[in-house]
Amino acid sequence: MSSKQITVALVGNPNTGKSTLFNALTGLRQKVGNYPGVTVARKSGRCDCGDGLKVELVDLPGLYSLAAASPDEQVVTDVLLGSLEGSQQPDAIVVVLDVTNLLRNLFLASQLAELNLPLALVLNQADIAHEQGLKIDTQLLSQRLGGVPVVLTSAWKGEGIASVRRAIAEVLNKKTKMTQLTWPSQVESALGAIVQAIQTDTGQAPSSADAQRILFSSNAHTSDRLGWSQPQRESIVRQARDQVRAAGYNPMAAEPLIHYAHLRKVLEGVIAGGTGKQGNAAALDRVLLHRVIGPILFIGIMLGLFASVFWLAKFPMQWIQSGVDFLKAMIAPALVNTPMLQSLVTDGIIAGVGAFLVFLPQILILFLFIGILEDSGYMARAAFIMDRLFSWCGLNGKSFVPLLSGFACAIPGLLSTRTIEDPKARLATAFAVPFMSCSARFPVYALMCAAFIGPLYGPGWESVVMVGMHCVGLLFAVPTAFVLTRFVLKVKPQPFVLELPRYQMPKPSDVLWRMWQNAAEFVSKAGTVIFAMTIVIWALCYFPRDAQMSDRIKAAEPTLSEHEIQSRTQAAMIEQSWMGRFGKAVQPVFDPCGFDWKITVGVLASFPAREVIVSTLGVTYSIGKGAEADSQHLRSAMQEAKWMDGPRKSTPIFSLAAVLALMVFFALCSQCGPTIATLAQETGGWKWAAISFFYMTILAWVMAVVVYQVVIRLI
Amino acid sequence: MTPLSQLLPGQFGKLVSLNPDQAVDQRLMALGLLPGMALKLVRRAPLGDPVAIEFGGQVVSLRLAEAESLIVDVAADCPVQRPKNTP
Repeated sequence: MSSKQITVALVGNPNTGKSTLFNALTGLRQKVGNYPGVTVARKSGRCDCGDGLKVELVDLPGLYSLAAASPDEQVVTDVLLGSLEGSQQPDAIVVVLDVTNLLRNLFLASQLAELNLPLALVLNQADIAHEQGLKIDTQLLSQRLGGVPVVLTSAWKGEGIASVRRAIAEVLNKKTKMTQLTWPSQVESALGAIVQAIQTDTGQAPSSADAQRILFSSNAHTSDRLGWSQPQRESIVRQARDQVRAAGYNPMAAEPLIHYAHLRKVLEGVIAGGTGKQGNAAALDRVLLHRVIGPILFIGIMLGLFASVFWLAKFPMQWIQSGVDFLKAMIAPALVNTPMLQSLVTDGIIAGVGAFLVFLPQILILFLFIGILEDSGYMARAAFIMDRLFSWCGLNGKSFVPLLSGFACAIPGLLSTRTIEDPKARLATAFAVPFMSCSARFPVYALMCAAFIGPLYGPGWESVVMVGMHCVGLLFAVPTAFVLTRFVLKVKPQPFVLELPRYQMPKPSDVLWRMWQNAAEFVSKAGTVIFAMTIVIWALCYFPRDAQMSDRIKAAEPTLSEHEIQSRTQAAMIEQSWMGRFGKAVQPVFDPCGFDWKITVGVLASFPAREVIVSTLGVTYSIGKGAEADSQHLRSAMQEAKWMDGPRKSTPIFSLAAVLALMVFFALCSQCGPTIATLAQETGGWKWAAISFFYMTILAWVMAVVVYQVVIRLI
Repeated sequence: MTPLSQLLPGQFGKLVSLNPDQAVDQRLMALGLLPGMALKLVRRAPLGDPVAIEFGGQVVSLRLAEAESLIVDVAADCPVQRPKNTP
């Protein structure tokens, strides 16, 4: 970004159609990233404002106030003040307002006016105002606010976009600023006292907007940012607040009280007509939030969502899998003379690309649903219905969709936690999602149940164990979230105040665009990490290589068939690979869970992806590579496996205790590279990803030991 | 003078006081819920909590536990300010 680049910030309340307007103004020329150090998305795009004027338009998170109480609000305030590292102060602000609720929307605009930047107002959703019979005198409003451009638009219908471009050009040209309100004299002098004190302390006079944040906001974000750290700081602020109190205002309420009183006067005579009809929300809410019908419809919608992510996504996932297999089969013969390269290309590179591509169908489908649910206004209702179930353990109603998606796959579940505004609840939800029993755990349970529980105890117990295993994760996730939000995370929780907006038809282009952006971000961030992990694991299982292995096996037992030699070679190769050696070395750690070295290698090899255990067991039990969960050979090989030495010599390895311990281990362990990579992407760093990894893995080990040791003594 | 939590669904009230030191109340004030404002408890969530309240032409969900400090004056027929945006 060159320093001459003109930037314009797009600011507004949530549910004003701001993103739709942003998409309309920038088309597909957008960049998505993160603000440094925080998990707040940074969206920007090029906007052509006519006459060769091109500006960088920055879409800031939707917010109701500049109070700097939430991370979103802090980022917006910092960006607009030009104090955020790596971003320059915008040259102008475009405020997007919902014209059907102008008074509330103007509160933010009025706070923004205090920043003393050129500013234009876009009164959006004019089509709905028209339906409601509202008439807005934009000229009068503009006149009352100091001549700032005021334009009426309907971004959904694509109406008025050109006038927004013109307004941006005008505001950049004329530098029109919105009239600031006149503070009562005691408030004015309180602000003056703060400005004075900071100037004396830091040598730099802060803006009036900074002084307002210090006077009116309950946190020290602004003071800290300005470097105002003198010991008397608190007493100076207290004195200033006493002055405000003397004027008859509670200092924490003064800002909205004064702004709203000012704005009521500004709006006098600006709005005419209006049937006072609430629109569609009241009528639809009577059904969708009905005590009985509401939850039933909710469950229906969520089942539809889950079925789509779980089942519908399977088809494209299979296509991707067959594409990967096809590609492997195509390329493998060409590299048959260089076995190392052949294995690197097929089992490393192609498998690595497939490893993250395979998540795309689920991500795309889930974000299609989320886009529709959010833009239609139903997501807020879903949160309203579910909040009670989650509030007691520190989560909120918006945690439901991520946790539900987690039962299909943690990756889309984690990505969908970004719909949760409260950072504390978002992090706790992201921490809980990997505990949900995802579809990759299913083959493990299926193999164990079919091979051991079913034959020994009958199909009834088989299904009981299957269902039980799906609940184990939930059983631990809830207390984990509770402890995390109550005792570990020191962030102040955000109040769960949620607007239930009017219902609206989602705009297909907006939904599809968001779906695409989320997928692209996943591929570029988590995708690269997943790819790298696959290569590393491949190398650990491949090296060191003993070229004479199959010859030696053939020499030792000349009667073996070609196929058997191949299987035995693969088993011997993995045994003496780094992974195999490591598995043998750490087997004593897993001994208390009843795992022998083969299971240990299987467990270790499935850290990048848990379903790998099945094929790894296939290899170590010399069945061959392509073993599936329903392979009869693998089942009987495992049923026959016995301890070769030690105190348990010649007893079966897969006793009931060991089988249950293994399943509990898989239910709880953080065995999924993509999950770790996505967790890092969504929490803005590796810290929480690492904590989650160690917490889940240690918990899994402890619980596996408990299960093994208890069951072996009982039975 | 009744806490908001004791309003029945469909009942109107006028906000008498809130606690500006609380984060929830600050958020509500930013949305325009200031003393003297008429409001209506529209409904409770199916599980009893949170509740949806309507004021100034908008519907907002809040948890009862977080809204303890909201005190209202219950009125028999106090219409909620309609979205006219006029004082």
